[in-house]
Amino acid sequence: MSDYRVLPGPEHFLPPAAASMGIRLPNPGEAHINGVITSEENAYEEAARQFLMAKVPTIFPGPLVLWAWNEKAAKKATAIRHLFNTLKECVQPGQKPMLIPMPDYRPKYPKINPEVEINPNHPNLTIWHNKIDCCIFVGVHCHQANLSLKIIRGGTSCYTIAMCAQAGHEDAMLSIRDTSVEKIMRLADTIKRLKGTVQPRQASA
Amino acid sequence: MAEIKSVIGTQNKKGQTYTDTWKMMNEAPRTPSFFTGSEVIKEALRRASCDVMIAYPITPQSEAAALIGELFAEGYIGDYFRGESEFAVMSQCAGSAFGGARVFTTTAGPGTMRAMENFPMWAGARLPIQMIVTCRGINSPLSIQPDTLEIAYLLNTGMLVWHAETAQDFFDWILKGYMVSEEPDVHLPLALCCDGFFVTHTKDVVNLTPADMCLPPYDPYRSPVPCMDMECPPVRMMRDPFVMKSNYISYATHASWQQEIWAAVERSRKHSIHWLNGLIDTENTDADIVIVASGTAVSQGREAIRLLEDEGVRCGLVKVKTLRPWPEEEIREATKNAKHIFVPEFNVTGWLAKEIRATVPNHQRVHAGPHVCGGMTMPPEIIVSEIKTALGMKTFSLAGRGS
Repeated sequence: MSDYRVLPGPEHFLPPAAASMGIRLPNPGEAHINGVITSEENAYEEAARQFLMAKVPTIFPGPLVLWAWNEKAAKKATAIRHLFNTLKECVQPGQKPMLIPMPDYRPKYPKINPEVEINPNHPNLTIWHNKIDCCIFVGVHCHQANLSLKIIRGGTSCYTIAMCAQAGHEDAMLSIRDTSVEKIMRLADTIKRLKGTVQPRQASA
Repeated sequence: MAEIKSVIGTQNKKGQTYTDTWKMMNEAPRTPSFFTGSEVIKEALRRASCDVMIAYPITPQSEAAALIGELFAEGYIGDYFRGESEFAVMSQCAGSAFGGARVFTTTAGPGTMRAMENFPMWAGARLPIQMIVTCRGINSPLSIQPDTLEIAYLLNTGMLVWHAETAQDFFDWILKGYMVSEEPDVHLPLALCCDGFFVTHTKDVVNLTPADMCLPPYDPYRSPVPCMDMECPPVRMMRDPFVMKSNYISYATHASWQQEIWAAVERSRKHSIHWLNGLIDTENTDADIVIVASGTAVSQGREAIRLLEDEGVRCGLVKVKTLRPWPEEEIREATKNAKHIFVPEFNVTGWLAKEIRATVPNHQRVHAGPHVCGGMTMPPEIIVSEIKTALGMKTFSLAGRGS
């Protein structure tokens, strides 16, 4: 097993891909936290705790759920909206939950408007601008999610969570695989259950 | 776009049943058949639910490409055509894969080299194309004979690279290869290499899976990058080319992109071990002498081991099945007891020996050879001679008859 741990950065001028450091993706029914395989139950708890601790917990929905290109995508979008509403209900004064879309993957020049979107080619701009200290990727194609996650780990101290519809992401600090509507709802339920039990941190990104 | 539902148990237009691949490869009855490697490629593809095959003639893969044309005529392949050149073929493969097709092609030698620009592009675009490479000489003066030098050029493209020893490997790995390269966490092209003529043009007994079973179709919506579907909104993301402009942030993007390709190669390790029953095969690795080889050099090494045993010299064998992912830990473990590691190869540069030297501790143990190239055969006796010479044993020259 690798000694490498996937932790909040800033890690390096060019941080390595976690897979190249020996971090392996979870098997079905499992998740990972910091690159260590764990149960999904643990992952939901830790993701909820991180969200409730963050000053600016942020959801980054990607194109796979922003566009109603099939029935499942539309249902996932509704679930993500529910997750965001739950988060808003559960945070304390001073915390600022955000929902910022990643509508597409094209590089935006001269630069994106970090107020309204995040882009996988320079995701750190949105993190820095909004002082986001915990984020979750959901509905982003795996390749682009991994591009983003490495850049975020390289240049920011943001805690990254990836809910993946496929095999998960070792470049996130926490990842749940085979994400369905039910799993998104389960995360929302966990946040609701832990409401008031976790104190928000004072530092910002 | 309707969601793709499981089709296992249903039939395709040829009456073949889409079958769980693990069951098809490991549990279904096998029929022994006497085929050339080229015929085996055809038979594997008959069962591969392949959408597109693009061909271009170059020895020694031309026969396989022509035989697959027959499959198309029989209705087993969705589309089949000849490109204008090898470069065009590989570009057309990319277009087909971008569009969501399961793609297959074959190439060899100078054709591989001519098309080389496409291979890092395939990997960067995460296109799980399968390319058979029937290795042959690439340099001037031109030779069509077996030589594995072209594999060295493929190793750093970001493709998965496997090296088949036998026609049986070829049959099984073509089908299993799609299972590995189409995993969403991998989703990379596969160069499935063999030593031209030795495998393609010789007959061997190959155990075939039932012809009425086939792989489940490729599902492009499990891809880690957007599929180019003209009816679905994500296609809009493909509208502008992804070009690295000159500022820091785009260099960082490109760096992260390159890392992601190699991360995907790493992720293929788990799946390759599952489907190939390990990245290497080993025999008697507790011996002081171990031969490490890939392709048909494994067969020659096996015969050399038999000859050495007759003389009381015990020798182990490591068959390297995957070159990318590289079985670093496996080779280190398999050679930990070896005092001498011999690496016979069918190429002039000894690229496999270089990889092994970079992998094992005390790399002075690695003897890069024997080498043959340009189409020469590798008699087991020259491996025996190399080993005996290194051990200080008396051996006879095989180079000439003397006076």
